Amino acid sequence: MTVPLSYYLVLSGFVFLTGVVGVLIRRNIIVILLSVELMLNATNINFVAFSEYFHNVAGQVFVFFALTVAAAEVAIGLAIIIALHRTNSSIYIDDLNLLKR
Amino acid sequence: MDHIFFFYFAAVIATTSVLVVALRNPVYSALSLLIMFFHVAGLYVTLHAEFLAAVQIVVYAGAILVLYLFVVMLLSIKSEERYHNQLPVAGLLGVMLCTEVILLLIQSRTAASAPAVSADPVAGAGNTETIGEALYSTYLFPFEVASLILLVAMIGAIILAKKDLNEHVQQ
Repeated sequence: MTVPLSYYLVLSGFVFLTGVVGVLIRRNIIVILLSVELMLNATNINFVAFSEYFHNVAGQVFVFFALTVAAAEVAIGLAIIIALHRTNSSIYIDDLNLLKR
Repeated sequence: MDHIFFFYFAAVIATTSVLVVALRNPVYSALSLLIMFFHVAGLYVTLHAEFLAAVQIVVYAGAILVLYLFVVMLLSIKSEERYHNQLPVAGLLGVMLCTEVILLLIQSRTAASAPAVSADPVAGAGNTETIGEALYSTYLFPFEVASLILLVAMIGAIILAKKDLNEHVQQ
C-alpha cells in the first residue's frame, strides 16, 4: 500500500529540474536564489524518501546539514544582493557586465 | 490512502515550483515558494519524519522566506518584463532532462521494487530522539562544522551588508 520510492524520485527530479531552468531563464537575482532553494528542497525530499525506504536515520540527519547550508547561503546571498543594489542600483544579471565593457 | 496524500502533495509541489519560476513578480514567486515549503513539510509527515516537518516550517517558511520577502520589499523590485535571452535553450534542456529522468525511473521501477532493509532498522525512525542520538554521536564532527559554517555566514553577511566599511578601514 505504501508509495513506491520511484514516485518520490520522479517528484524530486522534476522539482530539481524546475530549479535548474529557473536559474537559467530568470534575470532577477532574487528569483535565481529562490530557484536554488527549489533545488535544495528537491534533494531534501530525496534524502527523506531514501531514509524512510532503507530505515536509516542518516538521511534525515543530512537534511539538517542541507538546511544549515541553505540558511548560510541565504544570509550571504542576500547580503551580496544588497551590496550589488547599492553600487549598481540594479539586480538584473544583464546589467552586471562590468568585465565585458 | 497513502497514494491520495502523496499525489495531492506532489501535485501542489510541482505546480508551485513551476509557478516560482514562471511568475514575473518576485513577491508572488516567494509566496508560491512558501506554499511549496508547507507541502514539502506535509510530505515529510507522510514519510514519518515529523521532526523534520516542524523544522522545515520553522526554518524555511519562518526564517528563510521572511528574509527573502524582507529584501524584496526593501529593494522595491519591479516585476520583470521579459525572461533571459537564453530562454529557448534552457527550456529545451529542461524538457529533455525531465523526460530523461522520468523514462529512466519508469524503466528501473521493477528492479527497485524489493525493499532492502538495512542491518539495523531504527525502530520508529524519524522521531526526535533517534535523530538527536545520531546527530550527537555518529555525526558530531559534521555538526560542529555546520555550526562553524553558520558563524562564518553571520560574519560574512554583516561585513558584506555594512555600508561604508572601506572608509572606516582607511581612517
